[in-house]
Amino acid sequence: MAVSISTLEVGRQIGSTTIDITRQDLVRYAGASGDLNPIHWNQAFAEGVGLPGVIAHGMFTMGAVVQLVTAWVGDPAAVIDYQTRFTKPVVVEDTTAQPGEPGAVVEVTGIVGAIDTERSTARIDLTVTFAGQKVLVKAQAVVKLP
Amino acid sequence: MTIDPDLQGRSYPAGETYSVGREAIRDFARAVKATHPAHYEVDAAAALGHRDLVAPPTFAIIIAQRADAQLIADPSAGIDFTRVVHADQRFIHHRPIIAGDQLVAELHVDQVRAMGGGAMITTRAEISTVDGEPTATTTSSLLVRGEDQ
Repeated sequence: MAVSISTLEVGRQIGSTTIDITRQDLVRYAGASGDLNPIHWNQAFAEGVGLPGVIAHGMFTMGAVVQLVTAWVGDPAAVIDYQTRFTKPVVVEDTTAQPGEPGAVVEVTGIVGAIDTERSTARIDLTVTFAGQKVLVKAQAVVKLP
Repeated sequence: MTIDPDLQGRSYPAGETYSVGREAIRDFARAVKATHPAHYEVDAAAALGHRDLVAPPTFAIIIAQRADAQLIADPSAGIDFTRVVHADQRFIHHRPIIAGDQLVAELHVDQVRAMGGGAMITTRAEISTVDGEPTATTTSSLLVRGEDQ
């Protein structure tokens, strides 16, 4: 593993990234996860239940943004505790006719929120925004470090 | 539909066994855009000390949502699934989920709170191997919107 607890400082940024999302990504996630709710792939259905459009699965966003942590820590199994609240939907536009064009872009930044030297763990706090608004709140991943 | 006020404290015993396959891990990893080689290559997972492919940190949602489905589909619970919104989620991993695991989930309804005309239901899935080794504890809060929300 690349990260050692002795070199960490609370408040230090571990990195940031952007995640492009298309309608196809949501269909892929629906299939892989088994969550087939039509609000994640059908415009008319989504609008019919009062949503502004097709929205990403909260669990898609939660699953995608933790990649920043696993890449940084070097072992996906190091993530021993991961939680979030879902506050705002990520609306994904239909860009099927514009290949390569994202339907939504989510921004994620991670900082070291807390260090527990006794348990040899660090809490990484993720800030996840879409169109300038936080879509996940209290997104925290606890990683076990050597 | 009305949420059964006695729902809190109810539990559902482990249902069908979920067999964790390599392709399921690879497909789920692709679906969440996870690129770590330990999700895709057995050698890369072995280099980190794992006996097979490592599932991404949120993979357990597949098993947790199957367990939640027991509750949502239970007519006596009184939950209208078309009005359910996922409010929060937590995964505590007692050990990583690895390809080859045979997992079961026991579901507990930890809390039911009235919210306007609806309710916030907190469920907990205790995921373990069929041999009883604790693997993960997942908690989900589901907001069931009332008729006017």
